[in-house]
Amino acid sequence: MSSWRTRLPAVTGHRLFWPVVVLILLLAANAIYRPSFLAVEMKNGHLYGSLVDIVRLSAPLILVALGMTLVIATGGIDLSVGSVVAVSGAVACLHISQQPDQNSLGSVLVALAMAFGVSLLLGLWNGTLVAVIGIQPIIATLILMVAGRGLAQLITSGQIITINSDPYRMIGVGHVLTLPFAIVLALAVTLLVAVLTRRTALGMIVEAVGGNAEASRLAGIRARRIKLLAYVVSAACAAVAGFMMTANVSSADGNAAGLWVELDAILAVVIGGTSLAGGRFYLGGTVVGALLIQTLTTSVYAMNIDPQTALLFKAMVVIAVCLVQAPAFRAKFRRRRAMTAGPAAPTGEQRKEQVAA
Amino acid sequence: MSTSQLAERLNRTTRWRLPRRQLPVLVSLALLLVMYGIGVSQYQAFSNIQVVFNVFIDNGFLLVVAVGMTFVILTGGIDLSVGSVVAMTAMVSAALLRDGLPPALVLLIALLIGPTLGFVMGCIIHFFEIQPFIVTLAGMFFARGLCTWISSSSIPITDGFWTSAAQERIRIGDNFLTVGVLITVVVVAVAAYTLAYTRLGRNVYAIGGNPQSALLMGLPVGRTRIAVYTISGLCSAIGGILLSFYTLSGAPLIAVGMELDAIAAVVIGGTLLTGGAGYVLGTMLGVLVLGVIQTLITFDGTLNSWWTKIVIGGLLFAFIVLQRLLGFRKKSFSTR
Repeated sequence: MSSWRTRLPAVTGHRLFWPVVVLILLLAANAIYRPSFLAVEMKNGHLYGSLVDIVRLSAPLILVALGMTLVIATGGIDLSVGSVVAVSGAVACLHISQQPDQNSLGSVLVALAMAFGVSLLLGLWNGTLVAVIGIQPIIATLILMVAGRGLAQLITSGQIITINSDPYRMIGVGHVLTLPFAIVLALAVTLLVAVLTRRTALGMIVEAVGGNAEASRLAGIRARRIKLLAYVVSAACAAVAGFMMTANVSSADGNAAGLWVELDAILAVVIGGTSLAGGRFYLGGTVVGALLIQTLTTSVYAMNIDPQTALLFKAMVVIAVCLVQAPAFRAKFRRRRAMTAGPAAPTGEQRKEQVAA
Repeated sequence: MSTSQLAERLNRTTRWRLPRRQLPVLVSLALLLVMYGIGVSQYQAFSNIQVVFNVFIDNGFLLVVAVGMTFVILTGGIDLSVGSVVAMTAMVSAALLRDGLPPALVLLIALLIGPTLGFVMGCIIHFFEIQPFIVTLAGMFFARGLCTWISSSSIPITDGFWTSAAQERIRIGDNFLTVGVLITVVVVAVAAYTLAYTRLGRNVYAIGGNPQSALLMGLPVGRTRIAVYTISGLCSAIGGILLSFYTLSGAPLIAVGMELDAIAAVVIGGTLLTGGAGYVLGTMLGVLVLGVIQTLITFDGTLNSWWTKIVIGGLLFAFIVLQRLLGFRKKSFSTR
C-alpha cells in the first residue's frame, strides 16, 4: 500500500502518463464503438486490422516528427517539412513517370536518390539560414514552407502526377515479414535515431546546444554544425515520409501532399513531452504523440464524423494534453488540491471530462 | 574629447538610429514602388488607378487580418488561428442570415466570436504558460472544425444589407471603391493610432522588446498579452465580415493558409518576428506588395499561380537577410 502511494505520483507524474492514458481511452472508445476494432488477423502471411492500419498510417508522421524532435531539441523549429514532403514526392514521381518502364527497380532507386538529394539540399538551406546566417528558425523555415509548396507545384507543373510503379508502391502499401513495409521503415529509422542519439554522446550534445548554444560552443561543441545537421536530418526524414505518402496513393500532388503535416508533427513532439524551448527531447514520447494523433484521426473517420470536424476534437485533445502537461497548470492544480485537501478522484474525473469533451 | 564633440556624436547616433529603425519600412515602400513601376512599364492598363483600388478591394480582408497579426507579433507572439477565425466568422454570419436573424444582430454576434476565442487563447497562453504557437494552432483547428460543423458546403448570403454592402460602389472620378475598403482604412488608422499614441501601444512595444523588463517596470504584461490576442481575434472577425461582403457566402474551406500570408505581409512590412519593432504602416505596405505581385502575375498571364508562392518566399528571404544585415536582433542568436 505504502509503496503504491509513493509510486502513484511517480507514475502519474511521468511525462508520458497523460498521453498514454488518452491513447488508451481513445482505443477503448473505438473498441466499444466497434468491437472488431482490436482484432488483428493474418491474411496471406500479412497482418491486417485496424490497429495495424493506424500504425501504418502514422508511419510518415512518426518520421517527420522524429526529425522535428531533433530540430526542436536544438531550440529551433522546422515549418518546412510539409513542403519538403511535397517536393520529395514530386521529384520521385516525376522521374518515375518519365521512365519507359516504371516497374524497373533501378529507375525507382534513382528516383528515390534524386528526391532524397534534393531534400537534403533543402535541409541544408534551412540549416544554413538558421545556423550560419543566424535567422530565427520559425522565419527561416517559413520561407521554404511558402516557397517549397510553389517549388513542388513547379516540379509537377501544377498537375497531379500519377505513376504505376510496383516497387515504388511497395514503400507505402507493401509488406515485409508480415508487417507493412512502412511500419518496418518507421521502426528502423526510429531505432537508428535512438541509437545514434542515446547510445552515443550526440543526443547529449544536441540537448546542450538547445539548452544554451553559446555555452555549448564555449564547452567545445560545434553548435553551428549540430544545428545544421538537425535541419538536414529533419529534411531527410520528411523526404522518406514524402515517399510513403505519395506511394500510398501512387501519385504526387504538389498542392496537397503533406499539407499541415508540420503542424501535426509539432503537436506530436509537444504531446510527447519535448518542450518547444529546446534543450530536452524524448523520442519515445514523440512516437506516442504521433500514434495518438493518428488514432484520433482514424477513430473520427471510423465514427463517421466529417474529417474537417475532426479538427474540433483534435483541438480539444491538444489543449487538454498540453494543459495537463504545463507546469503552470499543474502548479495551480496542486495548490488547489492542497487547499481543499480533497481526494484526487473527482479532479481526475474533471481531467477526463476535459479530454472527452 | 570635449562635451560638444560628445554631444555631436550622440546627436549623430540618434540621427542615425531613426532611419535605421524605419529602414525596413522604407525598403518595403521602395520595393512596392519598383514593382508598381515594372507593372506600369510593361502593361498599359496597369497605370489605371483602378488597378491600385482593386489591390485594396481584393486584399482588404488580408490587410485587416495582418494588422491584428502585427499586434501579436510585436509582443513576440504568433497567432496561427486567424485564417480559420476569418472563415468561421463568414460561416457563422452566413448560417445565421440563412436562418433569418436580423443583420444587425448577426453582425454583433459575428464580431463577438473572434475576440472571444482570441481572449480565451490569450488567457491560456498567459496563465498556463503554453507556447502561443501551440495554443493558436489548437485555436486554428477548433475554428476550422467549427466551420465544417456548421455546414460542410458553402452557404450563399442573400440578405439585403449584405448584398447592398457588397455591391455598393463609392465613385471617385471614373473609379470606385467598395465599403470594405473604407472599413479597412478605418481599421488601419485606428490600429496605427493605438500602437503609436496610446498606453496599450507602448506596452505592446515594451513587452515585445523585453517581457522581463516590462514586468519589472510594472507594466501590465498579462493584460496586454491577452489584449493583443483579443485584438487579433477582433481583426480576424472584421476580416471575416469583409470576406463575406466580398464573396457573399460562407465556405468552410475559405481562407486556408491565410495566416501564412498575414505573417509574410507583416515580415515584408519590416516587423521583427521576435517582437518589439515594426509599424502598422509597414504591414500595409507588405500586404500591398503581396497584392501587386498577384496583380502582376495575373496581368502577365503566362506565369502560373505557384510563382506567387516562390516570389513571396524569395521576398521573405530578402527581407529577413536585410533585417539581419541591419543588425536588428534582440536575442543573441549566439552561434558564432
